Amino acid sequence: MSAAIEIHNATKSYGDRTVLKGVDLTLAAGTVTVILGPSGSGKSTLLRAINHLEKLDEGYVAIGGELIGVTVRGDRLKERRERDILRQRARIGFVFQNFNLFPHLTVLENVVEAPIAQGVRAADARTRALALLTRVGLADKSGAYPRQLSGGQQQRVAIARALALDPDVLLFDEPTSALDPELVGEVLQVIRTLAGSGKTLVVVTHEIGFAREVADHVVFLDEGELLEQGPPGAVLSAPRHPRTRDFLDKVLA
Amino acid sequence: MSGLSTRERSAGAGGRASVTPFGESGDATPTGSPGAPLPPGIDLKRLAERPVVPLRHPVRWVITAVVLVLLLNFVQTLFTNPAWEWSKVGTWLFAPAILKGLQLTLVATAISAVVSFLGGIVVALGRISGNPVLSTLSWLYIWLFRSVPLILVLIFLFNLGNLYPTIGIGVPFGPQLELPTVTVLSSLALGVIGLSLSEIAYSAEVVRSGILAVDPGQHEAAKALGIPSRRQFTRIVLPQALRSIVPAYVNQIIGLLKASSLLFYVSLLDLFGVVQNLGSTYPTDIIPLLVVATIWYLVLTSVISVVQYYIERFYARGSVRVLPATPWQRFRGGVRQLSRRPAARPHESREVV
Ligand SMILES: Nc1ncnc2c1ncn2[C@@H]1O[C@H](COP(=O)(O)OP(=O)(O)OP(=O)(O)O)[C@@H](O)[C@H]1O
Ligand SMILES: [Mg+2]
Repeated sequence: MSAAIEIHNATKSYGDRTVLKGVDLTLAAGTVTVILGPSGSGKSTLLRAINHLEKLDEGYVAIGGELIGVTVRGDRLKERRERDILRQRARIGFVFQNFNLFPHLTVLENVVEAPIAQGVRAADARTRALALLTRVGLADKSGAYPRQLSGGQQQRVAIARALALDPDVLLFDEPTSALDPELVGEVLQVIRTLAGSGKTLVVVTHEIGFAREVADHVVFLDEGELLEQGPPGAVLSAPRHPRTRDFLDKVLA
Repeated sequence: MSGLSTRERSAGAGGRASVTPFGESGDATPTGSPGAPLPPGIDLKRLAERPVVPLRHPVRWVITAVVLVLLLNFVQTLFTNPAWEWSKVGTWLFAPAILKGLQLTLVATAISAVVSFLGGIVVALGRISGNPVLSTLSWLYIWLFRSVPLILVLIFLFNLGNLYPTIGIGVPFGPQLELPTVTVLSSLALGVIGLSLSEIAYSAEVVRSGILAVDPGQHEAAKALGIPSRRQFTRIVLPQALRSIVPAYVNQIIGLLKASSLLFYVSLLDLFGVVQNLGSTYPTDIIPLLVVATIWYLVLTSVISVVQYYIERFYARGSVRVLPATPWQRFRGGVRQLSRRPAARPHESREVV
């Protein structure tokens, strides 16, 4: 399964501070997009708007042609009911910077939680969860509690949890920035295996090497504006905008 | 490793390093106060191979001894002072009247504890909810019942028949179903309602504080997974909140247990009420009767505390890497170690699960 993501005129303010200034972005189905940008440029806000964890003031997000979090009512967009939004989110996996695993549930219970909440039979959810845990290399940890795992292992569980509902879209918000340097590789490796699996991946990260190698599309945000986008070869090697160049110089220094 | 070396460096910079070059500061005290130079002729390397002598705490021992002597003096009076009348305590302890009062205390406390826990969750959710009407009503409820003394609430309720001779429900200004107040509500029911009304106000705040203590990232993760709202609360937020709710709420229950003695003032005979009554019937037995009441309250509180220990342990799952041993496990571990003493190495850490 795969679905294209279409973002149109995404606009968002906190008080009198505009953090997204009419972002337009189309991401083809099944591709990997890396979002780059300085701290505070609105990367997380944009990513969280995709699964409606953040409400846009103007603009919309559509996945596979379906508006997320809003419906058309007359000549306006109107927010959906919470229940419908929750149902839509089941198609969108989200991986947080600090994992946000449920600490009182075991690794297996974390992964089966969403499917069981959606009414999947417990036995089926369990079989699928164990398969996913094997895929992220943690089959032997299914009975452990999250705090008994290393950061890298916790993030891999979080990825398995996000995959449990077989979503069309997977969103990653700096999945490796809370990790010790030697644990970054194992998490990026898992994300790499997901590229080309048909899911549409959007990754906010500062790992330029990863972007160069895995991304189909790189987007550069600055102060809530989409300054530049294109294939990694173009944006990363020959940035057109001086601010992109500045940022890359700092990150790669 | 780097942390260690930093600490060593700062210790050196603070001038408290014990390895000072000999004879630099002149006054060589043999005991070696901080900063004093080492007495000459000591081979530090050799000392380093021996266990370090731990610091002694003489003041602690003195205080312990004083407290023990005072305590033993008091315990002695329990045996020597005939006014305690232990034989009468023995006969009263299981007297049918006392047991009946105890039963009432238990029933009233247990029902009120459950009702006010559930009610507390509802009111706490009301206060947290984004609905301004609900959150204002919840706030007003808490404000009202935390302000009014329980005894006042109880006496109000017992005069409800005067205030509202009948109670009914129906469409405002429309058709109504009405029943006489006195027949609908027994006095125990009124007592439990009174206790619960006031207790809900406190437990709502306990529950709310527990919910606030849960990391907001947990709500977000649950939302991002599309888990339905009610399940988000019951499965993700509440179990984590309970970890901080349980100790505070058990405190409330113990308070409730003792607050139930106020039921006496609305002519319900709980443990305290029975003792009070018997005391006026048998004035010579007042002391033993008070002792009996004390013993039963102690027993009840102890039982609650033991239950609390295990509930807390249950909700600690996942929040610590290894759960602490239960007293029973610690006891067994101790026995095992005693019987194995000669073999056990002093610093061997035992794994208790
Ligand atoms: N709830 C909020 N209230 C007010 N301001 C906010 C809020 N959330 C984010 N912001 C502001 O919006 C801007 C964009 O935030 P965002 O988290 O999207 O940045 P980011 O690009 O993800 O940064 P980082 O790389 O540090 O994660 C920042 O200036 C931030 O201070
Ligand atoms: Mg961010």
